[in-house]
Amino acid sequence: MSELHQLTLQDASAALAAGELTSFALTEALLERIQRLEPMVRAFLTVSGEQALEAARAADASRSSSSGPLHGIPIGIKDVICTRGVTTTCGSAILEGFVPPYNATVVERLNAAGAISVGKLNCDEFAMGSSTENSAYQVTRNPWDYERVPGGSSGGSAAAVAAGMVPASLGTDTGGSIRQPAALCGVSGLKPTYGRVSRYGLIAYGSSLDQIGPLAWSVADLALMLEAIAGHDPRDGTSANLPVPNYRAALTGELRGLRVGVPREYFVAGIDPAVEAVTRTALEVLREQGAELVEVSLPHTKYALPTYYIIAPAEASANLARYDGVRYGPREPGAGMWESIETTRGRRFGAEVRRRIMLGTYALSAGYYDAYYRRAQQVRTLIKADFSQAFAHVDLLATPTSPTVAFKIGQKLDDPLAMYLSDICTLPINLAGVPGLVVPCGFSAGLPVGLQLIGPAFAEEHLLRVGDAYQRVTDWHKQRPVVA
Amino acid sequence: MSAYLVTIGLEIHAHILTASKMFDGCPANYAGAEPNTFVSVVSLGLPGTLPVVNQAAVERAALTGLALNCRINERSVFSRKSYIYPDLVKGYQISQYDEPLCSEGWIEIRTAAGATKRIGIERLHIEEDTGRLSHAEAGTSLIDYNRAGMPLMEIVSCPELETPEEARLYFEKMRQILVWIGVNSGNLEEGALRCDANVSVRPVGQQHYGAKVEIKNINSYRYVERALAFEIKRQIALLQAGGVVHQETRGWDELRGETVGQRSKEFAHDYRYFPEPDIPPIVLDATWMAARQAELPELPDARRMRFMEAYGLNLQDADLLTLERSVADYYEAGVAAAQAIGASPKEVANWVLNEGFRLLKDRGEAYEQLATRVPVAHLAEIINLVAQGSVTRSVAKQVFEESFDSGQTPAAIVKAKGLTQISDSDAMRSVVQHVLADPKAAKAIAEYRGGKTSAVQFLVGMVMKATKGQANPHITRTLLEEELAAS
Repeated sequence: MSELHQLTLQDASAALAAGELTSFALTEALLERIQRLEPMVRAFLTVSGEQALEAARAADASRSSSSGPLHGIPIGIKDVICTRGVTTTCGSAILEGFVPPYNATVVERLNAAGAISVGKLNCDEFAMGSSTENSAYQVTRNPWDYERVPGGSSGGSAAAVAAGMVPASLGTDTGGSIRQPAALCGVSGLKPTYGRVSRYGLIAYGSSLDQIGPLAWSVADLALMLEAIAGHDPRDGTSANLPVPNYRAALTGELRGLRVGVPREYFVAGIDPAVEAVTRTALEVLREQGAELVEVSLPHTKYALPTYYIIAPAEASANLARYDGVRYGPREPGAGMWESIETTRGRRFGAEVRRRIMLGTYALSAGYYDAYYRRAQQVRTLIKADFSQAFAHVDLLATPTSPTVAFKIGQKLDDPLAMYLSDICTLPINLAGVPGLVVPCGFSAGLPVGLQLIGPAFAEEHLLRVGDAYQRVTDWHKQRPVVA
Repeated sequence: MSAYLVTIGLEIHAHILTASKMFDGCPANYAGAEPNTFVSVVSLGLPGTLPVVNQAAVERAALTGLALNCRINERSVFSRKSYIYPDLVKGYQISQYDEPLCSEGWIEIRTAAGATKRIGIERLHIEEDTGRLSHAEAGTSLIDYNRAGMPLMEIVSCPELETPEEARLYFEKMRQILVWIGVNSGNLEEGALRCDANVSVRPVGQQHYGAKVEIKNINSYRYVERALAFEIKRQIALLQAGGVVHQETRGWDELRGETVGQRSKEFAHDYRYFPEPDIPPIVLDATWMAARQAELPELPDARRMRFMEAYGLNLQDADLLTLERSVADYYEAGVAAAQAIGASPKEVANWVLNEGFRLLKDRGEAYEQLATRVPVAHLAEIINLVAQGSVTRSVAKQVFEESFDSGQTPAAIVKAKGLTQISDSDAMRSVVQHVLADPKAAKAIAEYRGGKTSAVQFLVGMVMKATKGQANPHITRTLLEEELAAS
């Protein structure tokens, strides 16, 4: 057996089932690694060591032949997902010390599957950002190069997997927040179809775009995670009432006859030529394995960025209105109620969050609604239609994930627009509500590059099959950063 | 005053009677509970929670729409209405905006002068209620979130009310219908039903409406009438003095008997409505609509008409008997039972209205208690005892009251108290002779013998008094006449 921190979820699961490993030993080893590497990586906002070891002991005691693949597996959870009794801050000072009295549905499902949470992972404040630099608490570093960002907003979730701190984690994706950090940290990540995974307990940013999904080394591991968390939830009115397929059974390795669309709008100026080259090489691998590559067009792609930056901030401006320091979270003093509320919000929201609240408030204001919000919704319909039309001809689409590899910490912090462009290839997928999978597909200047595969709504089986088939013939997902 | 036209519209907020709150399973029956004991993570709007529509609330709101002659929209949409106030847990209220559940209905009111007037209803939509803020001493405020997330219907009238009286009648009619169909408790004191009134005045001949003033949070019929009367006078006086009425929100100060400015248009909220992304649009199919239609009971106005036509009741009695559905049901059950023993619907109406209502009022009980106090079987028994001649009408009234208070059957009361009518001629004759010997009877005897036959009534009264009302009045009269003729 290789070192415990190098085990994929699937490997660890097999070792646990075979009795070659205990959950306690695995959890203990990973907690030690976290303790050793955290000063450099800074992926965790909370490490629940004692609770994790206790849960691991219980998992070992309750192990039986019917235990599922996640039984006794340590995982990390992005800090925008509510965990009962464990501080959940969204990376924001306005929720400093907030301890939810309830679990998100995904947490309940992972608990039921026997998974063990070792802690809460850092992210951009309220998931707004592409570098995890917007966290009020710390900047997470990319394990491939500590001077670089891990991407965002699920930077902690991607970095923790890449650094071997946990075999899998949960992230959330509103405009690329799982896929871009997965690409920048060289791990696999899946944004499921909107409605596939319950949002109950996910602290909202852009409610019509947010989706929880897994990050792990391999696509096979993502399939195990998705199977545990997917499915209808009566507490989320937008969750789809559809059966959950057996995702593991879908991993046949078969690619013959597959029609892969390559949208020309995703290979244009702004994409780092080296990143494009690595991506095109990955497409060739799919072709060699029997897939047919077809050039397609998604003509409204160029409107995705402005559309996203109206809809997401508009929803956020309402979602974040509840943070006033009255019922929970810290309260700043003030002369009277209104001053206290204003001071609490003014001091405890970060600059990017304040910027998006203002953007969204403006877009919804009387006299501007039609020109901005309504128009954005109309364009969103066109972007969705682009995808449906494309999927009438191809089984899935393949694109770059991020226009660049991981950039330097601080490099884009003073230029919001440059930062926003980092999500140019991932935003349209959230607007369309379709699923997107990222798999490591090579390196540029020693930094990971990810291939994005996009499928029709609820075609995760398809995406996972293709991603897994790709990983059967490549070993990019097995490359590990040297961390110390 | 006659030189001005008055235009009034009412917005009525009514709690929808459901077991749980609007967007989760949090119990809704918080009346009388300690503050903040009927709350949940969803009704408190904690981070990460999501609203899920209470289907029963939608059903009841649609039923209300049908009762108000509205169109139920196949598709309706929830929207977020944003404003910051500590009693609003999410910083926005989930409401409906441009696509409400129900549109374009009407109800009829009847003025004191007897005229019937149809008042249009613009819309009925669903929303959630807020918590309640109370201002404590030393500049602190306390918040109770028990009410937060309660299902509410907002019913908006067309601007077709022209007097404070009409506004009151409309509010009363609305309450009657909502309580009748079982969607609201009708409890104004607890805030289960509240109203905001919009009022404007304009000189006769002016085409466009005057500036609209909104009077907020009126929770009694009397206040609606008084607040509007005050506000209309204020606006007309202002106009007559050459002033200008500004669009604003005012509150009714009952102690001072006047409306007080709260918020003028410059500070009007921009609520930034947008469709609620957490709740998919409500789409209702024909089967669902048919089920609501099937739930709709006969409404009070229709029932009043039927009572007049089928039972020969006058308008006043029919009105009273259809004030509340429990009374109408009780009355009709009584009519059915009475029919079996040959008694008339009018006879039943008299018992319900005279004795029943009198006792309810006297004992301070609600109308719906009547069926419990005097079950229909007891009412029928009493009517039957009178019809059979077993007791006199005045004894029957005593029995009704006894039965009302003790719950005993009328037969048991009659038996226990020996209230059976005395029809035995021998027993009666000695009482009659005794009464005629009483010096108090002398004057009436003299008058009778002098040819004033009606004087016998006084003597009948004396016999009744002597027998505590148990004497059969017909037999008493005959015996009196026989005795007077004989002596």
